[in-house]
Amino acid sequence: MLTKRIIACLDCNAGRVVKGVQFVNLQDAGDPAELARLHAENGADEIVLLDITATHEARKTLVDTVRRTARELFVPFTVGGGIRSLDDASSIFEAGSDKITINSAAVADPSVITAIANRFGAQAVVLAIDAKRNGSSEHDRAGTTGHTPSVSAEVYVAGGRKPTGLDAIKWAKEVESRGAGEIMLTSMDRDGTRAGFDCELTSAIASVVSIPVIASGGAGSVQHFTEVFRDGQADAALAASIFHFGIESIGELKQQLQAEGIPMRWPI
Amino acid sequence: MITLVDYRAGNLASVRKAFEHLGCETVITEDPDVVRCAHHVVVPGVGHFAATDQLTRAGLRDAVSEAIQQGANFLGICVGMQWMFRDSTEAPGIFGLGLIEGTVERFPAGAKVPHVGWNTLEGRGQSRILRDVPSPSFVYYTHSYRAPLVAETVGVTEYGSSFSGVVEKDNVFGVQFHPEKSGPAGLKILENFAKL
Repeated sequence: MLTKRIIACLDCNAGRVVKGVQFVNLQDAGDPAELARLHAENGADEIVLLDITATHEARKTLVDTVRRTARELFVPFTVGGGIRSLDDASSIFEAGSDKITINSAAVADPSVITAIANRFGAQAVVLAIDAKRNGSSEHDRAGTTGHTPSVSAEVYVAGGRKPTGLDAIKWAKEVESRGAGEIMLTSMDRDGTRAGFDCELTSAIASVVSIPVIASGGAGSVQHFTEVFRDGQADAALAASIFHFGIESIGELKQQLQAEGIPMRWPI
Repeated sequence: MITLVDYRAGNLASVRKAFEHLGCETVITEDPDVVRCAHHVVVPGVGHFAATDQLTRAGLRDAVSEAIQQGANFLGICVGMQWMFRDSTEAPGIFGLGLIEGTVERFPAGAKVPHVGWNTLEGRGQSRILRDVPSPSFVYYTHSYRAPLVAETVGVTEYGSSFSGVVEKDNVFGVQFHPEKSGPAGLKILENFAKL
């Protein structure tokens, strides 16, 4: 049976893993190569490394970090942050990554999705969508009619700093048609809160695309993972903060989810 | 020496890295003469079956066939495995090596496509490539088309219906999943191949 994936996310700055809480309050948490290997040994189904600074100066550091991290990693490895072109993506793939995530670059020029997918395969292109709900009050929701989706969210870029005016659900459909292989949906409303994933939004997107949807933002308990797999129709769930400081182990998380009836790769 | 055939379809870095981790020497080549003389030939591949047409255009198809006839061990990964079959409904008119009878087809309606993630692989019958690989094992898949169950099937996965996860026939082997990304089970499969 196809299992639901638990993806460990390492937010990196200048070659070190930092913990991201709503994109601020960075705290050093260790060496990415070592942490990636540890997570994989403990049962992570996949590793995502997000370079959260991604300035031009940090570019070379990132490629070195990817090379070092990929060397002893034999589960899927995704790298994102600051990838703007096919050339950027190529250098990351050559360093040993299996997939890349793009966000801002795809919004600026959606043809970059197709260009990377044509060269490296759709399975290698993960479209990151950072989304923030529109109109959170009951009054706003009451205004929607039968044919209008009751969930709507706006796509943000530049590490969550810049609104784009794009509707997240329409954008998800577009990126699929342009060749993206997966969608990594981050709820900006939930990111760092540990209040649970945005299951409604995840489900709204998972039901309009056929490619897998990775839910991100808000993980704080085992129950939150159960909810996002069951109610949110997520194929995978990503978490950064809960794994780094020993609050939960991945193995413990997977065992509990399995007991809840969620198919898991466990024991590995 | 493991010879990895480069035909500009996807990324060979991960496969090479896994073999090197196992202590194997590797060479990545697009030169038919290098392939012709190889003892262990690997054709990876991702994406579209039509990409295998590049193997024909580059003279690599004939080189791979010759190497196999001369007894080289062959491993096809993902689309590289599909290429071992007669053809695929993904690219009508483009033919595989036909080492194994059958046509690769899209998953039946009802299954969410692509099939991405870790799924169980069950062994079936005697196999050299799956020697000492526990059954079932979890392996990592990412694909939209799959090979039918055939006499040469030695590993089976269920998604929508049962399909060939691993095929084996004399000195040729194919895996639909990515052994280089499938943890210990995947590494064991690559090790078995390298030791042939």
